[in-house]
Amino acid sequence: MTAVQIIFLLVAAATLGAGLLVVTAHNLIHAALWLVVSLFGIAVLYVLLNAGFLAVAQVVIYIGAIAILVIFAIMLTRKVAADSGPQINSNWGWGAALAVALFGALFWIFQGWPGINTALQPLSDQDTVVQLGQALLAPDQYLLVFEVASVLLLAALIGSIMIARVRKDS
Amino acid sequence: MDPINSIANWLEGLLTGWGLAAWLVNLILTGLGIVVLSTVALIVAIVCVWVERKVVARFQDRLGPNRLGPFGLVQPFADILKLLLKEDITPTGVDKVPYNISPIIALATVLILWGVIPLTPTVLGSDINVGILFIVAMGAISTLGIIMAGWACNNKYALLGAFRMVAQMVSYEVPMVISLMIPVILASSMGIHQIVESQSVWYIFVVPLAALIFLISSQAELGRGPFDLAEAESEIVAGFHIEYSGMKFGMFYAGELLHAFTVGALFASLFLGGWSGPFVEQVPMLGVVYLFAKALFIYWVIMWIKYSLPRLRIDHMLSFNWKFLTPLALALLMVVALMHKLLANTDPWVYVLSMLVANIVVGWIALSLARRQAIIERKKFDENRALARPAESTAAAPTS
Repeated sequence: MTAVQIIFLLVAAATLGAGLLVVTAHNLIHAALWLVVSLFGIAVLYVLLNAGFLAVAQVVIYIGAIAILVIFAIMLTRKVAADSGPQINSNWGWGAALAVALFGALFWIFQGWPGINTALQPLSDQDTVVQLGQALLAPDQYLLVFEVASVLLLAALIGSIMIARVRKDS
Repeated sequence: MDPINSIANWLEGLLTGWGLAAWLVNLILTGLGIVVLSTVALIVAIVCVWVERKVVARFQDRLGPNRLGPFGLVQPFADILKLLLKEDITPTGVDKVPYNISPIIALATVLILWGVIPLTPTVLGSDINVGILFIVAMGAISTLGIIMAGWACNNKYALLGAFRMVAQMVSYEVPMVISLMIPVILASSMGIHQIVESQSVWYIFVVPLAALIFLISSQAELGRGPFDLAEAESEIVAGFHIEYSGMKFGMFYAGELLHAFTVGALFASLFLGGWSGPFVEQVPMLGVVYLFAKALFIYWVIMWIKYSLPRLRIDHMLSFNWKFLTPLALALLMVVALMHKLLANTDPWVYVLSMLVANIVVGWIALSLARRQAIIERKKFDENRALARPAESTAAAPTS
């Protein structure tokens, strides 16, 4: 086993463990903090895949924005100090079954995919960020997807402003 | 050849000579580099305590520490001893793990920034190709540390302070990221080493407005005055670190001071040419001197702003960000991107001059728009002003 494989196993175990603690933690804030650990583990996995840009973007977006937003939402809506309800409701069986089914399906699909056993090609010497940027803005690659995502985010932004806006007449 | 790389090469040869595997040698050298770099940064933090206290004293027309050692230079060590000897109090009702982790996060997220700042042409921690975004990501993690500290303390003032601080940091991150994109466009790279190397003309002369926006939003990110609402002593005592004592408070304090100096180093690297200066090609170690001199100058500017301006109100602080700084940064980003493409093949002097003029024009337009808006708002405020005795006051009030 190489060093990278050992690191991968440790990080993957930490990510999964933190993910499990997200759903089993008694305190909602603790659950949110475990979610941060889990998301950070995913960022480390990106680093192991040589995807530095994705790793940093993961930290900026998921930890810097989404996790903070989740923590704010919990603090503003619940009685944080006295919050220790049950972690499961009556639908936990369905949830578990769905999770197992999803895992099984993904496992089955990846077993049948030939790419799973072939070694990855080493990246070219060119800067990966440059390649990513050019791929995102090249018309014959991902420009349309990129623009659609941008328009979707813009629509969400405008929508939230419309909801929060104080109308002059009321 | 500079001494640091010579030592590293000598150590590498020595360790390989002992028959260690290549990966182990690499691991030991990287670990040593991390230890040396963080030690240097922490020593800088100790010096920062003295500099900060001396400079604030001069701004307030005092002498500052002057009893221990020449110019009071030994004073910070006495401060550290005091912090170390203080009783470490854990208040009842705190959430132990986040309470103890957050001071570590506060200091570590600042220390880790030194890993991407190039100290000399040849000595740099890590030349990652997403250096700029890495800085933003570490800022995001430090926000998390603050919210953890504020919540874990089980103290209302701490939580209020954390809320304010996080609202401020999340908001001012937007113009900061946008202004960081401008050196990236000019250098066509996100690595800080490349940005420093491509500054044949310092970027502060090419895009002064971007430098100014970066400085203002960094000041807010640091939580320094006029953006120090998170520790408004008269309202919420000390903000998110109110319940911390001893060295845990010391870590927040050292983190804050070192962060200010680190912002200075970042500003120097992005806009003031980093390590570049005369004779740096012959003697690479001079780069550290130039970088630290520029960083200290920016640190001094940050302190100058902090100790000269009164604290902003929270709605003013937020509307200044969202209604002025963010649109300005976005407009500037578009203008710079367009100009950079249009002027790509012109003479460097034409390029720099037109960029400079474009920056001044954008800044002037923004200021005149803000002034017009201010006149309108002031008029609205004057109409609705609640007066104790309206009839007399209108007659007596000056018509300003």
